[in-house]
Amino acid sequence: MHVIETKNLTKKYKDLTAVDSISLEVEEGEIFGLLGPNGAGKTTILMMLTTLRPPTSGSATINGFDIVKQPDQVRKSIGIVFQDPSSDDILTGYENLKLHGMLYGMPDDLREKRIEEVLKLVDLTERKNDLVKKYSGGMRRRLELARGLMHHPKILFLDEPTLGLDPQSREHIWQYIEKMAKEEKITIIITTHYMDEADRLCDRLAIIDNGKIVVLDTPENLKKIIGGDVIRLKGLKGNDINIDALKSLKFVLKIKKSDGEVSLTVKDAGKNLQEILKVAGIVDSAEVHSPTLDDVFLHYTGKAIRDDSPEGGWAERMMHVRAGH
Amino acid sequence: MSELKGIYALWYREFKVFLREKSRIVASVVNPIMWLLIIGGGIGSAVSFGGVNYQTFIYPGVLIQSALFASIFFGTYIVWDKKIDFMKEVLVAPISRTSMFVGKILGGATDTLIQLSILIVIGFVFMQTGLMADLQLNVFSVLASFAILLVTIVGLISIGLIMGSQMESPEGFQLISTFVIMPMFFLSGALFPIDNLPSWLAPVVLLDPVTYSVDGLRAVMLGTSTFSFALDFAAVSAFSLVMVAIGTYAFKKMKV
Repeated sequence: MHVIETKNLTKKYKDLTAVDSISLEVEEGEIFGLLGPNGAGKTTILMMLTTLRPPTSGSATINGFDIVKQPDQVRKSIGIVFQDPSSDDILTGYENLKLHGMLYGMPDDLREKRIEEVLKLVDLTERKNDLVKKYSGGMRRRLELARGLMHHPKILFLDEPTLGLDPQSREHIWQYIEKMAKEEKITIIITTHYMDEADRLCDRLAIIDNGKIVVLDTPENLKKIIGGDVIRLKGLKGNDINIDALKSLKFVLKIKKSDGEVSLTVKDAGKNLQEILKVAGIVDSAEVHSPTLDDVFLHYTGKAIRDDSPEGGWAERMMHVRAGH
Repeated sequence: MSELKGIYALWYREFKVFLREKSRIVASVVNPIMWLLIIGGGIGSAVSFGGVNYQTFIYPGVLIQSALFASIFFGTYIVWDKKIDFMKEVLVAPISRTSMFVGKILGGATDTLIQLSILIVIGFVFMQTGLMADLQLNVFSVLASFAILLVTIVGLISIGLIMGSQMESPEGFQLISTFVIMPMFFLSGALFPIDNLPSWLAPVVLLDPVTYSVDGLRAVMLGTSTFSFALDFAAVSAFSLVMVAIGTYAFKKMKV
């Protein structure tokens, strides 16, 4: 039995199809990613799988339970860490965890023991009696990670787990997630628009764009699809890069033009870079790297996922509010 | 069993939050005291009703006013919960919407009753110091008062929760709730006797459920009232039952 299974899961709003017929399966113990730009539909998929929104059509089972027909069983099996912090400021870290345990009907002694365990897992034991108001952004995330695990869920959903965090906190959160996966032996579903996050954490991932699954595979296989190194060239204004000449070079496997830059897939970029630059004409900047998921996304959708969308809590929320999520 | 634990959890949260927001408690007491002393004292120098001084006459009304504000404004917290997404944490827990609603009512009722208790103590002090000498606060009247107050606030909190569950902005909520609270208060006979009202005013006053709360309180605290305590209690209970039913439905329909 797949621990998550969806069949043509769809969500339509008045004139917008946010999620278009998603069918996927997740195996027990996987870290599975939903990767895509903002507005792609990832959070909406999450909302449906966690019984917060009903699907327009299609079905899904979580841990064998139907999300529409058996929502309470689904809720008992899952934990969620939302994108926006959802703890109560005026309570302490400890009280937030206690509240969660009570909401899930945990027996008192089990609950107290578990609170100690999860606090230790995310290194918040010292701060447990401080009001959450006083926690930093990273600490709140850690508290909510701990909270999601309180009732021993089979599946943990993480919605943009490192959104709006500084690089150091992001690294720490990734380490906690990896530690959780190993020690708790649970299935983790992550939605993110960060390529590095998906690449680092996920066993398999699905790239989502415009509500549809574009491709689904392991990060390694996806990058192999690119087939070579990637060189990105930016031309000067008014001076186009000589694409035709580049096409004729025999080590250039693919060329894609987008957003004022040219993306080349080449064999052995190191050796052939000089020739490429000679042929390309006047170039403002050149960048060489081995394939990333960004290249994969570009390859499949013709667009780049840029990290220049507004970061962090408030701006993200406004975008979500406008998109009707 | 776990539904009960869930209800307790929600009550626990409301109670802890209430205890930490001390300014809420203070603010809720200052306003009624001003009404009693200033309006009560000012108008009381010119008129008196029901054989008692005006301050004593409006004391039940002041209690109800406090109950109105505390109960209905409690709904703001639902709007805030939705905004800070704490609501999502609750919605995703395996607890039914009905239990959520009950938990919220119990939480709000505890908070409001604590505020009202403070006012009852103040009333007791005023009674002893002769300011409101005709007030009858004994064990029986206090218990009966709490009974009818409890039933009233359950209904009023339901109204607040109904509004809160359907609204998105706290500012909008505060605006609309004032339009609900003010008429309910003024039309309840809190400030004037309800026999011999002009024919255009009488029906509206009699339709206001809170009228019966004020009248019931007057019955046990002042010894004079228009209707019997039993009738008042029944009327308020009916009102609250209807509100709780609507509220449960509203919670079931509430969107994240």
